[in-house]
Amino acid sequence: MPKGVYLDFERPIVELEEEIEDMERLADKAGMDVSAELATLQAKLARLKEEIFTHLTPIQRVQLARHPRRPYPLDFVERCFTDWLEIHGDRAYADDHAMIAGLARFDGQPVAIIGQQKGRDTKENLRRNFGMPHPEGYRKAMRLMKTAEKFGHPVIAFIDTPGAYPGIGAEERGQAEAIAHNLREMAGLRVPTLSVVTGEGASGGALGIGVTDRILILENAFYSVISPEGCAAILWKDGEKRELAARAMKITAEDLEHLGVVDEIIPEPLGGAHADYASTARAIAEAIRRHLGEISAWSVDDRIRRRREKYRTMGAWKGPEGAHPGPRDPVPAGEADRRS
Amino acid sequence: MTWFKRDRKKIETTEKKEIPGDLWQKCPSCGDILYRKELAQRAWICSKCGHHFRVAADDYLEILLDAGSFEEFDAELESVDALEFVDTRPYRERLDQYRERTGRNDAVLCGIGSVDGVEVSIAVMDFNFMGGSMGSVVGEKVARAIERALSREIPLVVVSASGGARMQEGVLSLMQMAKTSTLLSALDRQGLPFVAVNTDPTTGGVTASYAMLGDVIYAEPRAQIGFAGPRVIKQTIGQDLPDEFQTAEFVLEHGFVDAVVPRMRLKRVVSRTLRWMLGREALPEEP
Repeated sequence: MPKGVYLDFERPIVELEEEIEDMERLADKAGMDVSAELATLQAKLARLKEEIFTHLTPIQRVQLARHPRRPYPLDFVERCFTDWLEIHGDRAYADDHAMIAGLARFDGQPVAIIGQQKGRDTKENLRRNFGMPHPEGYRKAMRLMKTAEKFGHPVIAFIDTPGAYPGIGAEERGQAEAIAHNLREMAGLRVPTLSVVTGEGASGGALGIGVTDRILILENAFYSVISPEGCAAILWKDGEKRELAARAMKITAEDLEHLGVVDEIIPEPLGGAHADYASTARAIAEAIRRHLGEISAWSVDDRIRRRREKYRTMGAWKGPEGAHPGPRDPVPAGEADRRS
Repeated sequence: MTWFKRDRKKIETTEKKEIPGDLWQKCPSCGDILYRKELAQRAWICSKCGHHFRVAADDYLEILLDAGSFEEFDAELESVDALEFVDTRPYRERLDQYRERTGRNDAVLCGIGSVDGVEVSIAVMDFNFMGGSMGSVVGEKVARAIERALSREIPLVVVSASGGARMQEGVLSLMQMAKTSTLLSALDRQGLPFVAVNTDPTTGGVTASYAMLGDVIYAEPRAQIGFAGPRVIKQTIGQDLPDEFQTAEFVLEHGFVDAVVPRMRLKRVVSRTLRWMLGREALPEEP
C-alpha cells in the first residue's frame, strides 16, 4: 500500500508494511539474507490483514467506501472496457463533471456507461464537486441512456456519490425533477440495464442513475437512504453518532442482500478495493459479464415487466393478506454485533 | 436567608374556567385570531391574509372529492419495522404514538372517489403522521393506488405532504421512490392522467419521485417544495438562502410546477384538468 493516505484502522497494516520494506532495503544494502525473517513478517502481515478485514464494522466499511484511494468509476472504465469515448453536456444547461457518461465496448459489445465521479485531489474535487451531481448531471446521464436505447445497447451505471448536491442552483434547476424523471424513464428503458455500487450509494442522488435490471455492489460499498452523519444529526441530534446510525440503518452489502435490494455482492481483495485495483476490476468485469448475459436474453416486454416486478416487491409491510416479505431469515445485525 | 417571607402557606387559586383550546386559532402568517369553525368552513384558509393552514389528509377528501364518493382502500397496511430500528427511541414506539395520535396506520390515505363526477384513484399524504415520511407502507399504498388507476383505467390524483423518505426504514424507504416511479412509467405508457398536488411541505424523496411526475403539477400557495432541506443547503454553501426560496411561487418561477392554485379553487382546477385530459365535456364556465 503506498504511503500517505490511510484510515485509522489500517494503521497497523501500514506500519508492518513499512517495516518489511525497511528490512528489505537494509538487507539489500548489506547483502544479507533475511528471507526467513521476511517470511515471518509476511505471514504476520497476512494474518493481520485477515484479522482486520474480516471484522469490519459498518462504519469502517463506510470509511473504506469513502477511502481517498478508492477506485472510482473512471478507474473501472479504464480496466474493464475498451474504446472509451466520453460525451458531455445535458443539451440544456451545462456539462456536469460530477457525472461521467460515455460510449465504450465490453468484450467488444457496445455499451453506454454512466457514473458519479469524485476527484483524486482538491483541484479535481472542486471540478467534480466531490462526486455530487447537479440536475444537469442526471439529465446528461438520461440523454445517454436514451441514445443507448435508440441503438439497442446496454447501459451500465457506476454508483459512487455522497448524494445529489444540495445547493441553490441545484434547487432552482430542479434537482428533484431531474431525479424523479430518471427513475420513471429508467423503468421503461427497452435495453438491458445494470448498476454497480462501487463506493457510496447515498440517497436519491445514487438512485437517480440506479433503477436497473440488476444491482450489484462491491463488498465494502454501501447503499443508504441518507448518509450515516445525516441520519445521526437528525435522529440523535448529534452527527458524531454516525457509528450508531450506520449500524441501525443496515447499509452494508450483506444487509442489502438480505433486504432483497441487491442481486450480488462482488468480493473485494483483502485490504479493500484500493489495495488492488486490477483484481477488483477483474471481479467487477466477471460479474457484469455474467449478469449482462442473463438479462440480454430477455425480450423487451419481459425485461420491462421483470424490472417493474423487481422494484414492486421491495419493502416490508403487513396487511390482512399477511406480511410481506413472508417468513424468512431475520435481517442480520451488523457483522460486529454478531461476532462480539 | 430569603428576602421575602410568605405569610400564607399557600397562594389560593380559584379553579380555572375551562376554555376549549380548539375554539380559536391564531394565523401564523398575519397573527389574526380566527374562529376555528369558520376556518374549517373556509378550507382552513385565513380570511385576512389567505394563509393556507396545513390540514389533515381527510380534509383534502372533502376539499377535492364529491360528497360521499370516497371509498378507502388498504387502510390496514402497517409497518413491520424490518430493520428493528432504534435511535433514541424504538421505531415501533414512535409508530404506536403516531397511530394513536392520528388514528391511522401510516402517512397516506388511499382510495377511489370522484372529482366533479370524474372517478379517480386518489392518494393523500398526511403530514401529521411522522412528518408524512415515506417508508414501505406509504410506498406500497401509493403503488396500489397507481395499480388501481391502471386496472380501472381511471386517472390518478396524489396530494403530497412529506418531509421525505423515512430514515427508520433505511434503504427500503429509498426504494419506494423507485417502486412508485416504476409504476408511474406504466401509467404513463397506458395514457392515463396523473395530476400531482403538492402541499406544504413537499420535500426530499417524495419530491424526487411521484410529486414531480404528474402530467400536470399543482401547488398550494406558499407551500414549501424542494429536494434538500434548507438547513442542509445553508450548511453546505455557507451562505443565507434567498427570500422565497423553495416556496411554491419560487418553484413556479423556475418552471417546475404548472400553477399555484389556492385551495378554494383546487377541486375546480383539478376537475377541469382531468376533463381536458380525458376529452370529456367541459364544465360550465366559472362566474
